[in-house]
Amino acid sequence: MGKRVGMEVSIAAAEAVGLCDVDVIAAYPITPQTHIVEHLSELVADGHLDAEFIPVESEHSAMSTCVGSAAAGARTFTSTASQGYALMAEICYIASSMRLPIVMAVANRALSAPINIWNDHSDMMMARDTGWIQTVAENGQEVVDLIIHAFRVAEDHRVLLPVMVNLDGFILTHMIEPIILPDKEEVDRYLPPYKPKMRLDPQNPLTFGPVGMPEVYTEAKKAQDEALKGSKAVIVEAWREFEKQFGRSYKPVETYKADDAEIIILTMGSISETAMTAVDKMRAAGQKVGLVRLRLWRPFPAEELIDALKGAKALAVVDRSLPFSGGCGPVCVEVKSALFDRGLSPYVQNFLAGLGGRDVTVEDFEAMAAKVSDGLAKGLPMGYEIMNVRE
Amino acid sequence: MVEIRFHGRGGQGGVTSAELTALAAIEEGKYAQAFPSFGPERRGAPVMAFVRVSDQQILTREKVYTPNIVVVLDPTLLTIVDVQAGVPDDGIIVVNTKLSAEELRKATGINRRLAVVDASTIAIETLRVPITNTTMLGALIKATGIISVDALRGPVQKRFGPIAEKNLQACLRAFEETVVEG
Repeated sequence: MGKRVGMEVSIAAAEAVGLCDVDVIAAYPITPQTHIVEHLSELVADGHLDAEFIPVESEHSAMSTCVGSAAAGARTFTSTASQGYALMAEICYIASSMRLPIVMAVANRALSAPINIWNDHSDMMMARDTGWIQTVAENGQEVVDLIIHAFRVAEDHRVLLPVMVNLDGFILTHMIEPIILPDKEEVDRYLPPYKPKMRLDPQNPLTFGPVGMPEVYTEAKKAQDEALKGSKAVIVEAWREFEKQFGRSYKPVETYKADDAEIIILTMGSISETAMTAVDKMRAAGQKVGLVRLRLWRPFPAEELIDALKGAKALAVVDRSLPFSGGCGPVCVEVKSALFDRGLSPYVQNFLAGLGGRDVTVEDFEAMAAKVSDGLAKGLPMGYEIMNVRE
Repeated sequence: MVEIRFHGRGGQGGVTSAELTALAAIEEGKYAQAFPSFGPERRGAPVMAFVRVSDQQILTREKVYTPNIVVVLDPTLLTIVDVQAGVPDDGIIVVNTKLSAEELRKATGINRRLAVVDASTIAIETLRVPITNTTMLGALIKATGIISVDALRGPVQKRFGPIAEKNLQACLRAFEETVVEG
């Protein structure tokens, strides 16, 4: 049943990609990059992984290479972060529109300026509308598991979409912690060999990504939107199968002591573990506080979220990137939209925390809960607040 | 849960010390985290690295603010870094120094329990380089018992290969020579 090892999470991510028998890895090895592709290049160079490692001249080229590789029918992986993602963004839209099952790990980091290589969610939020499936890990084990899951979902003929596995930069990528690395045979049982539905083949010529005139563009985009929405059922099914095979359970929306909670904190990513400790502390003090965490960011699991939030009087929604004058951060926008569509109107306050590597502490979550409790009681205006700003 | 902060200079192996401590703890079946102070890495500049060790799953991603244990790899840091910042009253500070605990207390004003060892001399004599990471792990083990030397063998072997045995010798010699205040 796998072996428990102490390992840097980036190295474990690379090992997971190796266990998935990836065919092609294309990557640009410069800051901001992580040990993920560095270790993959070692695995290939040392003969432990039978794959093509293609070092390219930019992140734009990395994703372009992935598009070509996946279109040719190869199981394809890459990894990036922050500015690197920004440069590859153009091609990311093409990858999803061409329905190419690429898997990419994104070590979530801030965008410049000021130059900042530390953790927040600016890069994954820039990817929000690219049409990729996006999952989010809270710890190293989840990074490994979600990468294995990602290949299975992406390549399912009912899906055929690229998947982005998000892991917090530094906080997870540079962390050594215990991780269970599954056995190769277990992964083989879970992840069948990739059988492309359509592929570039000189013997059977096909056109990928041709011009879409106004007469067809809308229909093409509707089909893509339906595909992304429809992928949720397959994502959930693949998690159920994952639990049967590996014994670890995943859901689009995860809850912690949320059933009877009057105040719910909503998080995404590695700060969720700190939030659990904060919830335990507040519960011990008699406060009915719970935690809801988004595991799936795209397709957005609105139904599951509402199911988890119903009953709460006040919500503290945490965002890790700025809305720059919008009503609230991107996570909170989705939360409010899901509530409004169903005629629900709890008190919602949006907290922008952990920007550019600023630590998010147990005390911060306690402060958020206190603020929404106070805001609810006094009927204070809702909106967003940037936490812990030095005045 | 026990929290440890390592103070070193870039290139001295403070980050490696933290990693090896966590790996040894995980080898013993415990839960552990090891992480550097995230940021640009510069040789010779003061750097920190952190470890958490627990019998239960560790549910926090905060930085380490109140370490129970501090390990100082380089004595020249004592005058430029407040090594006892955040350390609770019952914490312990393990220092690479040629001074006795009493002399060190007088020279620095540290008012937590001390463990001292001349790790630089041990490292030079055993490893022929003034890199004190594995040596100071011997002092850490003597002072706190947070991990065992046996659990360290595997990670040190994997990390250092042909010079693993010498590193373990340095570690064991430091274990013998470290003086821990009562």
